Amino acid sequence: MPKRKDLEKILIIGSGPIIISQACEFDYSGAQACKALKEEGYKVVLLNSNPATIMTDPDLADATYIEPVTVEVLEKIIIKEKPCACLPTLGGQTALNVAFEAAKKGIFKKYNVELIGANEEAIAKAEDRELFKKAMSEAGIDLPRSRTIYSEKEGQDALNFVGLPCVLRPAFTLGGTGGGIAYNIEEYWEILKRGIDLSLIHEVLIEEYLSGWKEFELEVMRDTKDNVVIICSIENFDPMGVHTGDSITVAPIQTLTDVEYQKMRVDAIKAIRAIGVETGGSNVQFAVNPNDGRMVIIEMNPRVSRSSALASKATGFPIAKIAAKLAVGYTLDEVPNDITKETPASF
Amino acid sequence: MRAILFLEDGFTLSGESFGTEGEAAGEVVFNTAMTGYQEILTDPSYKGQIVCMTYPLIGNYGVNIADVESKKLRAEGFIVKEKSKIVSNWRANKPLGDYLRENNVVAIEGLDTRALTRRLRDKGSMKGIISTTDFNAKTLKQKLDKTPSIVGVDLVKEVSCSRAYEWEEDLGIRRLDGVEKQKFSVVAIDCGIKYSILRNLKELVEKVIVVPAKTSLSEILKLKPDGILFSNGPGDPEAVTYVIDTAKDLIGKLRNKELKVAVLGVCLGHQILGIAFGGKAKKLKFGHHGGNHPVKDLETGRIDITSQNHNFVIPPETIPDKELFQTHLNLYDRTPEGSRHKKLPVMSVQFHPESGPGPFDARYIFGEFIKLMK
Repeated sequence: MPKRKDLEKILIIGSGPIIISQACEFDYSGAQACKALKEEGYKVVLLNSNPATIMTDPDLADATYIEPVTVEVLEKIIIKEKPCACLPTLGGQTALNVAFEAAKKGIFKKYNVELIGANEEAIAKAEDRELFKKAMSEAGIDLPRSRTIYSEKEGQDALNFVGLPCVLRPAFTLGGTGGGIAYNIEEYWEILKRGIDLSLIHEVLIEEYLSGWKEFELEVMRDTKDNVVIICSIENFDPMGVHTGDSITVAPIQTLTDVEYQKMRVDAIKAIRAIGVETGGSNVQFAVNPNDGRMVIIEMNPRVSRSSALASKATGFPIAKIAAKLAVGYTLDEVPNDITKETPASF
Repeated sequence: MRAILFLEDGFTLSGESFGTEGEAAGEVVFNTAMTGYQEILTDPSYKGQIVCMTYPLIGNYGVNIADVESKKLRAEGFIVKEKSKIVSNWRANKPLGDYLRENNVVAIEGLDTRALTRRLRDKGSMKGIISTTDFNAKTLKQKLDKTPSIVGVDLVKEVSCSRAYEWEEDLGIRRLDGVEKQKFSVVAIDCGIKYSILRNLKELVEKVIVVPAKTSLSEILKLKPDGILFSNGPGDPEAVTYVIDTAKDLIGKLRNKELKVAVLGVCLGHQILGIAFGGKAKKLKFGHHGGNHPVKDLETGRIDITSQNHNFVIPPETIPDKELFQTHLNLYDRTPEGSRHKKLPVMSVQFHPESGPGPFDARYIFGEFIKLMK
């Protein structure tokens, strides 16, 4: 499909202030997207509260709003600028959250603005833990073992299923306290009893504790023709428990055998289809138990992630630029591969 | 210990030995797979070849007992930029260097594999020798001159099994979705067959029998197969005349409707079937070796990332039987990747649907083979 002619003006949401290891990555992706969309002849409106970015330079977008990245501001800009579409997948979690909130409030519908890149349903499936678990298990992808219980009586059964060590997270406690990690049976029962008491609804989520597991990421792209490409595989130097943003990461994956890597590749493709990201990049994260090789999916971001910048530089495949082009209707086989110049981006 | 790589055009690179001491000569090819070195080393199709890995760090996940494609190491020699000093994987039982030494494979690291790959790409694959004992260009050249080229040489007889056996292992850890086994029996003609082909077949059908490459068609038919597979294998397909004869016999009987059996050819098997249909093999400049070749299914438009390992190709224009049509195309260099017969239950692919190593995208080919049996 060629680019869409029904869109004229597109609103890009930026990432706002710098938070954990989220500095210029989203400036890079946002700036690439601005350029790509302008190159295609669209008018670009930008919302980003961070003036210390390249993307807010005056000549990058047609209109730039250095305002707080919030639903209220977003709505005001929509009223004033009347964009046809909003692209929320290039400004990190901040942009995605704001767009999701606005979608839930019906703002996009109200002003007839189309959410492109990832729709409300896909964002919900990727962001809501329960919907995510459901989508993944339906797709046949292994998840960390977990169980929600409502009384001490169910504790033994949950322990047998989840195993040790495990994380216990009581729901609705004052100040979010009362949880903990149990390494042995004594600790398990102690935290469980405390958690059930502290939880206002007597609910405790018990989850397999993945600390020390190997952590991997795949950068995946999909288009409306269902072409899926793996742009880059990444291995975190530090294991689970150390935030990716604080870790050294290496591309490609270093310590998986071919069979293990191929299974991860298949699962990542299944995941992007199950979540329903139709146009753009996603970042799919896995953990692998270093003792028995069990592989579980941890999360999936239906957007350009902080690893995308690394992946773009490591492979020469400009993820954000191509994500922007897919969002306006191109398919991967229509976009030239920036490395080869001759072949399309579909492989 | 010092080691040297010497190519027939005089190009020389120096590095360190990390395999067994001695000398190894063969056709030097480069492989672009980032993972799967153990599968590559044990792939019988690499008989007669020295493999250079383009990925710069090899050995990271060690070796294990399961990821083998045959019962021994087949590559004549192994070239890497850097051998990993540490091993990290739950299945690893030894480092790569030990594995190479125990199995008498000569290997060299610490040389510029990019320069080597560029040279092979520009000039085409050529013979080379790795030595840890002789560093004299003159004597190395003499040894290389005595090494036969892979053109016109039957390497299949060196890797085929000596007697027929039944294969029992299914996909195991390589399984994605469980499927019901069909009550079919498949005979695989072993030209240097990879275990992954057999694992994929055993996953789908009840009985898989492997027979030596020299088995005649009448012997094969005594086993009452529903499907016959012409396997992958090393070297020049034109040199494997006895398997070509089997294929010709089989095609003749299928044409005369004397029997009903489905036929699948993989890699060398694809080439052998092409020759049996009247085609002529051509050597590629530097071959396809890697796990990332995009192949388009011409019927559905679907693109699969495939595993490949071949130096020869059968150009479709050399095949007189126009009922044999092209089913797949390599999107890198537009070379043919598969064919199928309009009337006979015969299909074949140039790529490796079993991967091992490489993406699982093309496994559906085995399913198509089963459909032909029905």
